[in-house]
Amino acid sequence: MNVIKSLTHNKVAMVGFAILSMFILIAVFGPYLYDGNPWRMVQRPFIPPFQNNQYILGTDTLGRDVLAGLIHGARISLLVGLVSTAIALLIGIPLGAYAGYYGGWVDEVLMRFTEIFQTVPSFALAIVLVAIFEPSVYSITGAIAIVSWPPVARLVRGEFLSLRSQEYVLAAKLNGQTNRNIIMREILPNSLSPIIVLASLMVASAILLESSLSFLGLGDPEIMSWGYMIGAAKTVLRQAWWLSFIPGAAIAVTVLSLNLLGEGLNEALNPKLSGNREN
Amino acid sequence: MKPLLKVEKLSLRLPKGSDREFAIRDISYDLMPGELLCVVGESGSGKSMTANAIMGLLPKVIEVDQGAVTFDSYDLTSLEEKRARALRGNRISMIFQEPMTALNPLMRVEDQISEVFLIHTQMTSTERHERTLALLEDVGLPDPQKMLRAYPHQLSGGQRQRVMIAMALALEPSILIADEPTTALDVTTQAQILKLIKALQRKHNTAVMFITHDFGVVAEIADRVVVMEKGELVEIGQCDEVLNHPKHPYTQKLIAAVPPLVSPHREAKVYQEPPILLVKDLCKTYSTGGSWFSKARIVKAADNVNFELHRGETLGLVGESGSGKSTVSRCVVRLLEADSGQIFLAGKEIQSLGSKALTPFRKRIQMVFQDPYASLNPRKTIGQIIADGPIAQGVEPSVAYQKAADLLDLVELPKSALSRYPHEFSGGQRQRVGIARALAHDPEVLVADEAISALDVSVQAQILELIENLKKRLNLAVLFVVHDLRVAAQVCDRVIVMEKGKIVEMGETTQVFESPNHEYTKSLIASIPGADWRSGVSDENISQGEGVRG
Repeated sequence: MNVIKSLTHNKVAMVGFAILSMFILIAVFGPYLYDGNPWRMVQRPFIPPFQNNQYILGTDTLGRDVLAGLIHGARISLLVGLVSTAIALLIGIPLGAYAGYYGGWVDEVLMRFTEIFQTVPSFALAIVLVAIFEPSVYSITGAIAIVSWPPVARLVRGEFLSLRSQEYVLAAKLNGQTNRNIIMREILPNSLSPIIVLASLMVASAILLESSLSFLGLGDPEIMSWGYMIGAAKTVLRQAWWLSFIPGAAIAVTVLSLNLLGEGLNEALNPKLSGNREN
Repeated sequence: MKPLLKVEKLSLRLPKGSDREFAIRDISYDLMPGELLCVVGESGSGKSMTANAIMGLLPKVIEVDQGAVTFDSYDLTSLEEKRARALRGNRISMIFQEPMTALNPLMRVEDQISEVFLIHTQMTSTERHERTLALLEDVGLPDPQKMLRAYPHQLSGGQRQRVMIAMALALEPSILIADEPTTALDVTTQAQILKLIKALQRKHNTAVMFITHDFGVVAEIADRVVVMEKGELVEIGQCDEVLNHPKHPYTQKLIAAVPPLVSPHREAKVYQEPPILLVKDLCKTYSTGGSWFSKARIVKAADNVNFELHRGETLGLVGESGSGKSTVSRCVVRLLEADSGQIFLAGKEIQSLGSKALTPFRKRIQMVFQDPYASLNPRKTIGQIIADGPIAQGVEPSVAYQKAADLLDLVELPKSALSRYPHEFSGGQRQRVGIARALAHDPEVLVADEAISALDVSVQAQILELIENLKKRLNLAVLFVVHDLRVAAQVCDRVIVMEKGKIVEMGETTQVFESPNHEYTKSLIASIPGADWRSGVSDENISQGEGVRG
């Protein structure tokens, strides 16, 4: 309750939340409200924005509707961002929890395994994975999830390490509670706040990763995405800069709003850690 | 004599939404040159606030509502930052509670101390070196030449506090503010530091403002005493007057809650039944810092510990930090694995049991923890906290919740607490919840690991009384781990004194306190602050302090 209250008082976070909600609404309902196929060639190419009443944002190199592309792109960007983050959490939280709770050799094994993924540059690994499994929404989402879970595991492990020696956890042990119960009901609920904050930032970086992959031509060829739009327009950057700029701005604003929201969440969930307040 | 520092009608306003309007209200007192003024109060009484206002260390959200602190014709509350900085550390200096965190871990002792000279004086580096060395000698640090080169982590808590004092006294300030400087220290170290502060104060004629919660410390060193309650000054006067003839009811209540240092007469009990808990040759060693290249440092936390505990008996486990008393208590409840030895619970050996086989024994020996703020899961309701244990042991949830409600009654908390969360309760109330949780299993043995040391003195008295009553009612065996010898003298039937993992003395409480055999026990008892004060008070006076709620 308090968290929501202090979050609503945080103007910056609310701006982020508003922008994000807008994008989510566009992603969910946009394709139904705006009748346009992003792939169909509808007009002559290179119409600049605000010149044609029917195609407000103009057309691209092949005469496709840019606004339709933007709307359909929002869908794929947010979907990939959210799903890949969810998968990364599903991998990272249990690994980190077991490593932190049991310590010893379990910790050693799990953390060395995590380090294997951390030592490989994540973008390079994502490219390789997508290239191996053929570009599709599934392979892209999976690849992003695989490169982004290690920080989650690290974070959760740290939280568990510090919480497992808390007296209420010891009391639960003395109560004869099972390890599973202690992990799920005593420690995990108390380590959720940093995980939530991290997750909101991970969605942002997943969107960036997806765009970068699409830009390189490793996106799903069936689906219009922001990254693909920039990639397709890169050759005509000097003649028609807006074709790169418009989807680029969409990416930037989405990522920014996620970051603002994440920061606001951080402040609301860890009031002691945020620098803005005294006490 | 003209007062050195005058606090006049000082009120500090708390931000909106706090539990009260003012942190301190209408506080007026003087600090005379060369006197040692103790400011006493429980947590939340605002005793540190005045000191923070003097040093300009108030958090930004707290504002000065009215009043002034006059020093050298300056009003410290409205002084500009630049001027204030020139006074701080120079004319007025401060020592803090936590010697472990008050020093910069990356700076050598010499650099930390001479930094003071570097900022405030024009001394050359050789002068600084000589002064620093002299200061270290002054505060009684062994081998000062070597100490100069030491890093904080190489010093013990007491030594660090000495370094802090050296820093604070470096420029011979007129006023030294000490905010609970001995609270984090062991009793023997505390005695040394108190002696040192008193001696240096006499030598340099410094005025000392000593903030503490411990009336024993007050009795030991104070010239004058200020008693604070909830932000208001309730009593001020000469030390003897306040301690022996307190006028204000709050002061009376506080002083009555200090356990006297005489153990009440107890009849030596003869037990028919075999002991419920028997510990044989318990050993536990910790090794730290071992790697491929260096040998690990080995600490013996429990070295051949033997004792027995009967139902209806309170056994005190006393000692300083590092004596191994907590290790022993945690080994006994099997939170820690002992290296060797045997633990018998009601005749059954439990040390060798695996975690599955141990589960039914878990409920027969339960623990009350030290920190009431860390021992309750903040995301669970009080009802869940108490009932979860029995539910995990296979009790029907509805039965367990019914029992939780009864237990709340037993520990004198309202039933409405069941559906509330820990943060809504005070420290004393939380400790009651902790006790209720331990009792939810109907244990035979209750291990109280410093269960009262995080509480205020008047709350301590209530919790002690509660444990005592429960012990009698439920015929519990209580293993009471405690560092406060005054408390041990009051509640324990027998005490065990531990030093460096070894039991050095064990016996009836009265006998141990009146005629200790071991040197270490003697030094512990001699170090209790204010040992002469309240040493002959009878039991009736304690019960006065128990009407108060935490």
